[in-house]
Amino acid sequence: MNFKLKDIVPQLITVLAVVLVFGFFTYNAQINMENRGIDFGYGFLTQESSFDVQFSLIEYDGSHSYFRAYLVGLLNTILVSVIGIIIATILGVIVGIARLSPNYLINKFAAFYVEFFRNIPLLLQIFFWYFAALRALPLPQDAEAMFGVFFLTIKGLYVPAFIWQNFNIFFYSIIAAIIAIIVIRAHAKKVQENQGKQIPVFLISIGLIFILPLLSFLIGGVRLSFEVPVLKQLATTSFIYEGGVSLPPELIALTLSLSLYTATFIAECVRAGIQGVGKGQKEAAASIGLTPNQVLKLVIMPQALRIIIPPTTNQYLNLTKNSSLAAAIAYPDLVLVFAGTALMQTGKAIEIVSITMFTYLTLSISISILMNWYNKKIAIQEK
Amino acid sequence: MSSINFLKPDRTNLNTFLYLGSFLFFISILDVFLNSFFRLNLTGFLPNFLSFLLPLILGFVGLYFIRIEYSGIKNLDLLNKHINTNNFNAVLSLLIIFIIIKSLPPILSWFVIDASFAGDTKDVCTGSGACWTYIKVWMRRFMYGMYPNAEQWRINLSFVALVLLGSVGYFATDKFKKYLTLYYVVIYPLIAFLFIFFFISGGPVFFDFSYGIIAAILSIIIGFFIPSKFKFYYFLIVPLALYVILKYFLFFEEYIELGKLDGLNWVETGAWGGLSLTFIISFFCLIFCFPIGMAFALGRRSEFPLIRYISVGFIEFWRGVPLITVLFMSAVMFPMFLPEDFFIDKLVRAIIAISLFEAAYVAEVIRGGLQALPRGQYEAAKSLGMGYWKMHIFVILPQALKLVIPGIANTFLALVKDTPLIFVVGLLEIVGMLNLAKTNPKWLGFAMEGYVFAAIIFWIICYAMSKYSYNLEQKYKTDR
Repeated sequence: MNFKLKDIVPQLITVLAVVLVFGFFTYNAQINMENRGIDFGYGFLTQESSFDVQFSLIEYDGSHSYFRAYLVGLLNTILVSVIGIIIATILGVIVGIARLSPNYLINKFAAFYVEFFRNIPLLLQIFFWYFAALRALPLPQDAEAMFGVFFLTIKGLYVPAFIWQNFNIFFYSIIAAIIAIIVIRAHAKKVQENQGKQIPVFLISIGLIFILPLLSFLIGGVRLSFEVPVLKQLATTSFIYEGGVSLPPELIALTLSLSLYTATFIAECVRAGIQGVGKGQKEAAASIGLTPNQVLKLVIMPQALRIIIPPTTNQYLNLTKNSSLAAAIAYPDLVLVFAGTALMQTGKAIEIVSITMFTYLTLSISISILMNWYNKKIAIQEK
Repeated sequence: MSSINFLKPDRTNLNTFLYLGSFLFFISILDVFLNSFFRLNLTGFLPNFLSFLLPLILGFVGLYFIRIEYSGIKNLDLLNKHINTNNFNAVLSLLIIFIIIKSLPPILSWFVIDASFAGDTKDVCTGSGACWTYIKVWMRRFMYGMYPNAEQWRINLSFVALVLLGSVGYFATDKFKKYLTLYYVVIYPLIAFLFIFFFISGGPVFFDFSYGIIAAILSIIIGFFIPSKFKFYYFLIVPLALYVILKYFLFFEEYIELGKLDGLNWVETGAWGGLSLTFIISFFCLIFCFPIGMAFALGRRSEFPLIRYISVGFIEFWRGVPLITVLFMSAVMFPMFLPEDFFIDKLVRAIIAISLFEAAYVAEVIRGGLQALPRGQYEAAKSLGMGYWKMHIFVILPQALKLVIPGIANTFLALVKDTPLIFVVGLLEIVGMLNLAKTNPKWLGFAMEGYVFAAIIFWIICYAMSKYSYNLEQKYKTDR
């Protein structure tokens, strides 16, 4: 080994600078906290939080700990992100394909949608849906039912709740169906490789996923009933719906704007992916006698997916991070509950902001690891 | 004349099909049009759902009849090719046409016909349309925030001057073209900085931050004349020394007083706001995030492992957290990290936070460009005896940056769209001002107008930027 001064000096200086900056910050933080009489520590997480959260997926009230409040916020963030990702993907794929349509009107309509929604700041869209559009909805007593069971009111969307009996049997039947499908797929692949025969896997899969749960209803004793929300009068002018599931308007505004906004980016990714597959591929596939469906399924999509997935992953990450804008309309997500209310109450700025940032970092990194794994799985295996 | 098979339109009975089909298509559109513009319901005598579906069915049959290949009529062929290729497309086309016709009247009436423009109180807004009076009355606040009315010419003047100075590049003759980079990278930001802090702020501007900027810019300018052998050590020592000299020896308080323009009142940054603040923040973040991002992109590809790890850590950290938490950090956590007597203005804090955040994204974009360059470019530059900096400045970066123009433009667009988030630190740019105006008791109930107004402004800015970047991309596209 021969160490050259020229190689070591720049690195040493950089590291020294970083260490100095961090040291300076920590030193100041210590002095500041001493002066203000704040002590550093994460012990507050077990203390009683004594604040309420409007919407939570797990049982929570003021008597629970700060850690529980953190969980409530985290679950709400994940809820919004998952719903947003699902809607944005569906919408994005439709719009992305529509942008490639030979039909002039559909093409332009999709282009208009993309250009319109992606050039307006997301925060403005959230404000628009929450403060302007959803405020124009009727009061609970004036709301008309959609399909007889949904009520869209200024206080949120009320949907029927599912009430299950023997839910676990239903759940097992679905698991069994999924396992059966995986087995059949593996078998079909083997048969095709050995004998060249094709088994209609798709039809069998669809059949299985419907028939097994249906059997659980017929034989397994699973019962499903709906609890329809019912209007109830609290006072002369105050009405509320009881029963069913209520989705708060914050959640609706947030998922709506997040998915409309992110779908534009996903649409562009999908379009770029499909366009990225050479025309020759399609023609070559058709010339060896594949049907249009097979061309799409076996030739175009596998290649397009390779181009689509990395940028789409980025969009999923963006959506998850953007869900933190929820704080602006008081949807109780991680930022509002933890970095907002909890910080106000405890005054532990460094601990709470660092936990919040670390949580988002973990979420982002786990999504990107998952997607990298999937990406690697479908990447071209070069020999 | 052969008998007509109505299930199979063909060329032999072209005219019959053409007249019948266009007639049906026309009727269906007319029905929807009358329904939406004049509230006439021609098919009211039919059962409800049939009356609703009739235009669709008529139009579909009409389009089916005129779908004749190679009819020889140019316009018909064009129509068939673009909106009428098969049944599915025909239905979609019809639906889109109907949606447009249906949605035009309410939009038009809200925007223009029933809207109120006159007057300056809420009382004139009685119609069912938009109340543009609200926007008119609050216009100054939306544009300038809480900046005093009498002083707003300062913002206008600065912006006009900066736009004029910025457009110098278009008029430069060939002789001066080679200095343009220097001008845009060094001199113009300096002028802009001085303009905004002397003119728009007009007060005690020389806090530590500006010493640092002046020191950095001065040392870069002098750095051009330093022989490359000593450049590294020069940049290690001189900027810091300059900073110390500037702060402790040159700029005493009386010089600061001298620097103030007579007769200009100090306007604290808390009063800045509205669209002008959006511009100021975007402008500064744009200037700062680019060099920082470039440095980290180079750092990530550096051959020194420690520098590489630090760069990767920096980039991945900022890319992994949402901007809102970064701003939270700058608002509540950052003051804890500074000495107690050391105060940084919240606008400056927000600008630093957004710049660092966007710099990580710029770094990734530039890294993409660096990776896309073939190795031959590096090897050719090295074989000419160029060192690291010369190679990057004259060979690698010009090509890499050209490649990543769209990516950088997208990052800058994201930056502009992220500026409303500064509400977290208590600064109110245009969206923040809208939220403030909306809660004013005299003007309740006009949230929609405000948001639509801001949306239009942002849309124009962002769309213009994306089109400009597209033009830039086309202009600098070189075949390789």
